Amino acid sequence: MLRKIAVPTIAILIFLGLWELLVYVNGWPNYKMASPSDLPPAYGRYSHLFIEMGWQTLWRTVAGLLLAVLVGTFIGMLMGFSQIMRDALYPLLVGFNAIPKATLVPVISLIFIGAHDFNTILMAFMISFFPIAVSVGIGLSTLEPEYRDILRSLGASKVTIFLKIALPKTLPEFFGALKVSVTLAFIGTNLVEIISPHQRGLGALFKSGETNGDYPLMFAVLIALAVLGILLYYAVVLLEKIFAGWAERPAS
Amino acid sequence: MDNLIDIKGVSHAYQTAAGPLPVLDGLNMAVPEGEFCAVVGPSGCGKSTLTRLVAGLMKPDTGEVWLHGELVKSPRKTVGMAFQNPVLLEWRTILQNVILPLEIVAPSMPKAQKEARAHELLDLVGLNGFANKRPSELSGGMRQRASLCRSIVHKPDVLIMDEPFGALDAFTREDLWQTMRDLRAQEPFTAVLITHDLRESVFLGDQVIVMSGRPAHAQYTLKVDLPADRTIESLYTPEATEMLHILREQIQIAQGRAPEVH
Ligand SMILES: Nc1ncnc2c1ncn2[C@@H]1O[C@H](COP(=O)(O)OP(=O)(O)OP(=O)(O)O)[C@@H](O)[C@H]1O
Ligand SMILES: [Mg+2]
Repeated sequence: MLRKIAVPTIAILIFLGLWELLVYVNGWPNYKMASPSDLPPAYGRYSHLFIEMGWQTLWRTVAGLLLAVLVGTFIGMLMGFSQIMRDALYPLLVGFNAIPKATLVPVISLIFIGAHDFNTILMAFMISFFPIAVSVGIGLSTLEPEYRDILRSLGASKVTIFLKIALPKTLPEFFGALKVSVTLAFIGTNLVEIISPHQRGLGALFKSGETNGDYPLMFAVLIALAVLGILLYYAVVLLEKIFAGWAERPAS
Repeated sequence: MDNLIDIKGVSHAYQTAAGPLPVLDGLNMAVPEGEFCAVVGPSGCGKSTLTRLVAGLMKPDTGEVWLHGELVKSPRKTVGMAFQNPVLLEWRTILQNVILPLEIVAPSMPKAQKEARAHELLDLVGLNGFANKRPSELSGGMRQRASLCRSIVHKPDVLIMDEPFGALDAFTREDLWQTMRDLRAQEPFTAVLITHDLRESVFLGDQVIVMSGRPAHAQYTLKVDLPADRTIESLYTPEATEMLHILREQIQIAQGRAPEVH
């Protein structure tokens, strides 16, 4: 347990040390690259902004992700249970996923003018539902027929089979996808916050650092984003442990 | 009617990309109540298809499947199934896995009663200490034992098994034959057992049906005249050897080869 915390902590410290060294050795000024030692003052000066904006970013990311889970699971179910749906939806989904989401920011902010929260959540959702839909779809469609047959031969309904077998059986794949989605959703949120000027979220704080030439602030935002990303990721890992811990084989 | 399972002139074809693939063609077979019917036949002749028809998971193109004097049109709660793959649910303990059919068939049964029933069966197959283990912690043979418990926990009229011992090593397999024999003595049921192992069919079966090559019909029926309390040793008696010879010959015919002379 101690090792589990100590090892990553030391790794992070080494990383920060190397970063500081790199900046020091090259003699880079602040406007080229900030060093870790510049960051605490930046956090100190803007601490209330970090908390406020961090919360903005966090809740919209989580809201977008929840939406992605609901819609992604639903689309995955459609594709998992019906060959026709699979044939129909796959090209659409792949095509949609291939569109660089940055190009959609102006589009959605034109469609929903002024609805900043909604736009941000929508983007977080759009960028993150694809892995979930695909993994649930594949998980369900590759379920060995015997699994279904043990219940179907007893006259169990489709819903029962889904709840008792198909759903739990796809949970490991689902969480695998969720780990990808959580970072994607985060990127989606920040994309909107940086591109569309609504002064909310860590992305906007980054933007204001850029506008004012406050480079330590920009780097401080980046680090804050990384920390939030790590938090979200490990929240998913925790959920995975609780709901799909059975899939983990004991190390031998 | 004293035949628990009655299959009358069943024909079935799968629709494939290359056109219809006839699998069963005018198959007849009958299994009296309480009898154990082993089915052997060349690979791909339609044995698994037969199990799905008996279980009501599919309907035949023509012909009828009767269970307990009722025409089978859809799955029924009085059937138990076991496969070569034990298909245990990894997120459940062994005990919870065995209980699964009761959750469907008898949802109102108190939990304690369900668990008592499962424990009773786990004891019978020698898994009493493993009720709270996960499937991944058990050996292949133990998983198959658990799977057998699950297939009979709801006291089905008919137990349908599709090569349940096919993936096990020879010694484990013989152990499970004996477990099966003992289970049957404790909990009478009518059974259809698909197998590739002729010794298994003779050890467990009251009758052995040899299916012909695809499209398959029942090519030959062998009555197994061995005592009910068979041991592995019974397989080495002259009667058993003679039956194994006959079955082997019939399989060769089913495979479309001339039987070897002996
Ligand atoms: N769902 C399906 N769609 C199309 N063809 C199928 C389907 N299921 C089985 N078949 C074909 O039907 C034939 C019989 O299949 P079946 O699984 O019943 O054979 P089997 O006797 O159980 O074979 P084995 O001994 O190898 O288990 C095979 O040729 C198989 O390819
Ligand atoms: Mg088969």
